[in-house]
Amino acid sequence: MKTTWKDFLAPLSLVILLFVLWEWIARLIGMTFILPSPIQVLGKLWEIKGILFLVHFPATLLVIVTGLFISVVLGVGLAVWMRASRIAEKTFYPLMISSQTIPIIALAPIFVLWFGYSLWSKVAVTILITFFPIAVNTFDGLRSSSREFKDLLLTMGATKKDLFLKLYVPSAIPHFYSGLKVAVTLSVIGAAIGEWLGAQAGLGYFSRRMMTQFDGAGVFAPIVILSFIGISLFLGVTLLEKITLKWRETE
Amino acid sequence: MSNSALEFKDMSFGYPYENDLFMELNVAVQPGEFVSIIGASGSGKSTLFKLTVGLEEPTRGSIRLDGEKKANRLGHVGYMPQQDLLLPWRSILDNAALPLEIKGVSKKEAHKRIIPLLDEFGLNGTRDKFPSELSGGMRQRVSFLRTVLSGSPILLLDEPFSALDAITKVSMQEWLLQQWEKQGSTIIFITHDVDEALFLADRVFVLTETPIKELKEVTVPLNRPRRLEDLYSADLLEVKKDLMFELRSTIT
Repeated sequence: MKTTWKDFLAPLSLVILLFVLWEWIARLIGMTFILPSPIQVLGKLWEIKGILFLVHFPATLLVIVTGLFISVVLGVGLAVWMRASRIAEKTFYPLMISSQTIPIIALAPIFVLWFGYSLWSKVAVTILITFFPIAVNTFDGLRSSSREFKDLLLTMGATKKDLFLKLYVPSAIPHFYSGLKVAVTLSVIGAAIGEWLGAQAGLGYFSRRMMTQFDGAGVFAPIVILSFIGISLFLGVTLLEKITLKWRETE
Repeated sequence: MSNSALEFKDMSFGYPYENDLFMELNVAVQPGEFVSIIGASGSGKSTLFKLTVGLEEPTRGSIRLDGEKKANRLGHVGYMPQQDLLLPWRSILDNAALPLEIKGVSKKEAHKRIIPLLDEFGLNGTRDKFPSELSGGMRQRVSFLRTVLSGSPILLLDEPFSALDAITKVSMQEWLLQQWEKQGSTIIFITHDVDEALFLADRVFVLTETPIKELKEVTVPLNRPRRLEDLYSADLLEVKKDLMFELRSTIT
């Protein structure tokens, strides 16, 4: 099905409506430091664009990209290992699931103790929060092909390596992308939390600093950029998926 | 005398902790022969297929290919599954190339061998399409091409047309016979459709009792090439009636 401008009409109208409502309520209350109006936030964004885009945006982006990269390597690596070895699966799978019950935000201060205010304390939080969706989705994907396909390849004389490369990996790729989509949006949260707790630069750090100064618009301005990063990353993954999985469009 | 293409010799098989399904079964299929195996659901057809292709090993006795008892039959019997089982992420060309790739043929060489065959199999214009863009009948053609490309002299077809509509099914059967006459391979065709078995095969084996000690064998009284109307000749109807009664007795 082709997407047309009509598909965007409903969500766009809703967003505009909400912003108008927000603007109206904010003006009614009239306390900028608690509830700045959207126009005030945009004004602030324009006013401090220099420092936001030259200092804090690159700092946060570096955390996100580094964290995501390591997460993909570790997550895919563990998924492959669990698929290849029954013992690895039995050992890590339950651990991985139960690890998700640990509130990562509560753990984050520990990383500040370990790594200080360096890049790595923030990267560690980002990895913790993005690792799970990548590993679990990839692993489920590696297991998703049916028994019949496996039997068919075996009758062709396929080795374990053939099964893995020609069957398990290709059938895992759509699942991997699903995991990655969740992970990229979470990565923004991870980076922001990390920066909240201890940093010298970054959008999360800047937002918090503005809060201590009762600058409501200053709190929201970096959040707008954070959300923009999340949306861009998501669209980027979707585009990559479209390009690499042409066959899915025919289904 | 030449060796049998496939021979079950005193073969017994049963799954662990279950009663034997096959007991000292003896069957031989000659090279170039077209044989149908027919049976109701649950009569052991799928087990017979697994044994033939080598996914299962007999508990006693042996299965020989071309007179040889191979330690591992996997990769020596071409298998065409019931669903087409084309890999959805591979183009038609790459799907057909799969068995060659697994045998270690380079992709380029594989493509060079397949491209002329696409026309011959009635698949012109499909090489860069994905399976989801093809009709059920076309997909089964690709699946058969892939089976032929396994390079095995003996092909096992497991109810390949059962999911097709009646009209497509008949034209695929005629198409299969033409292909078989061209390729000269040995074909074992598993089905539950009596008409299909009679129309295609030289001999029909019937799976009746369990455990299976012998296969009831019927020689089809038709010459080749066959036409659809042959199915209504008096001789054949007689054979069909016998087969139907035989099969029905296994169900009650």
